[in-house]
Amino acid sequence: MEIKILGPGCPKCQKTAEIVAEAVTETGIDASVEKVTDIMEIAGYGVFGTPAVVVNGDVKSVGKIPSKSDVKAWIG
Amino acid sequence: MNSVVSTANKSTPFNDVSAPETHAPDPSQVDWKSIWKPLSLIAGVFLLFFFLPLESSRFSNSVIESLALAKWYAQEHVLLCLVPAIFIAGAISVFVSQAAVMKYLGAGAHKALSYGVASVSGSVLAVCSCTVLPLFAGIWKRGAGLGPAIAFLYSGPAINVLAIILTARILGPEIGIARAVGAVLFSVVIGLIMHLMFRKEEQAKAAAAIYLPEPEAERSLGQNALFFTVLVGLLVSATWSRPEIAGGFWQTIYAVKWLFTGGFALLLGGMLIRWMGVKTYKVVIAGVIVLALALAMPHNPLIAFGAGVVAFVVLLTTTRGETETWFLSSWDFAKQILPLLLAGVLVAGLLLGRPGSEGLIPSHWVSGLVGGNSLWANLFASIVGALMYFATLTEVPILQALIGAGMGKGPALALLLAGPALSLPNMLVIRSVLGLKKTAAFVGLVVIMATASGLIFGSLFD
Repeated sequence: MEIKILGPGCPKCQKTAEIVAEAVTETGIDASVEKVTDIMEIAGYGVFGTPAVVVNGDVKSVGKIPSKSDVKAWIG
Repeated sequence: MNSVVSTANKSTPFNDVSAPETHAPDPSQVDWKSIWKPLSLIAGVFLLFFFLPLESSRFSNSVIESLALAKWYAQEHVLLCLVPAIFIAGAISVFVSQAAVMKYLGAGAHKALSYGVASVSGSVLAVCSCTVLPLFAGIWKRGAGLGPAIAFLYSGPAINVLAIILTARILGPEIGIARAVGAVLFSVVIGLIMHLMFRKEEQAKAAAAIYLPEPEAERSLGQNALFFTVLVGLLVSATWSRPEIAGGFWQTIYAVKWLFTGGFALLLGGMLIRWMGVKTYKVVIAGVIVLALALAMPHNPLIAFGAGVVAFVVLLTTTRGETETWFLSSWDFAKQILPLLLAGVLVAGLLLGRPGSEGLIPSHWVSGLVGGNSLWANLFASIVGALMYFATLTEVPILQALIGAGMGKGPALALLLAGPALSLPNMLVIRSVLGLKKTAAFVGLVVIMATASGLIFGSLFD
């Protein structure tokens, strides 16, 4: 599974990355988590707002910090 | 044992670091990489105080000026103006649906409409500086195109609510309004020119999906409009300042401004109950306490107002749901902005003094460079504004001090229009997104526009 966190590095993006990392460890799923900070690459996903979470190429959330249970539902 | 070793190491730090492995089998315990930063900070502060020119009367006066300016802000502006403004900014970021605005910036959007929306949407969308650039790139590459994207990029920082409120409050309503109107107008003009200049390079947009943040507003547009009218009314009536000339209409308003403030607070309380699920008894208790304080100490309205703010925070945080989000996003703003603003006020006071007195920099330098309303003064102010980095809102105390030291109103507006949208670090980031040619065109246009608007404003109001 491939998880990408889109965001230029603001506090909300850090927080999102932490939540995703925790969700991945807690569910014990084999997943690669990557932070995408390049602005043009973020725009390439068509997201209008950061932080955004992309799981296997699907945009799951835009412009907010997701809750841990949301993240678990996406990756579970 | 440990301490002995480390002291020995410290006495010959450089030998130790460069010592060949054979002489020192163990690696050094002194990790200069982690030490040099705090050490040079401590040494720097020490040197600063070592050479502190306390005996110079100009310096000690400047320190007093800087403290006096901070005191003036604390007494006149923090509680009545900044605190309500921060709650308004927080409310905008929570209650206004960003998705509703952004659908006008998508690829299929009506062209003229997208420019209009882009030029004003900064007040809603650009509330956090870290969302500006991704949004800009998104609008350019996936959405309405380069023109609206540039309009958004330029107007965003300048028409953020907090900036406009503080500019109008401290520098006067004319310059506050000119700043807002100028930012909106010029963002459209600059966006259009950029669009025409680089029209050939715009590729056809792939009709790819766009992901917007989900709408979260539960209230109708009318309710939201009413809600924000009450918040702004509360702010305006609380900050209504004593008119220069006694008597007349404005004096009458000033005399009853606390009645208005109380009325708006009452309406706000009603909305908290009706729309946000705050318990009625809590709002009533809060209202009674604030009213009692206001009646007990009618000559000290700040006490009742302060109690009102505290009661309001209690109401927001003891109710679950969107009131909590409102409080948290307001707190985020407060945390970001207030320390920077305090630093800005202290530095501006130290360097330039309050209006009517001098700081470290002699006033005639300032009036010589940016006094009056010449082309040179406006151009200089625009270029300095474009290169300099202003942390959120610090442009206001800095400009206040500059105007006090003799800067003309035209150059002041020029600096305000070129300043917050651009800085040297932010030009580098924009360049990495747009490329050198477009960035240079953008910066050039901003400087020219800011200079021109400074000239016009200066000739009208100076």
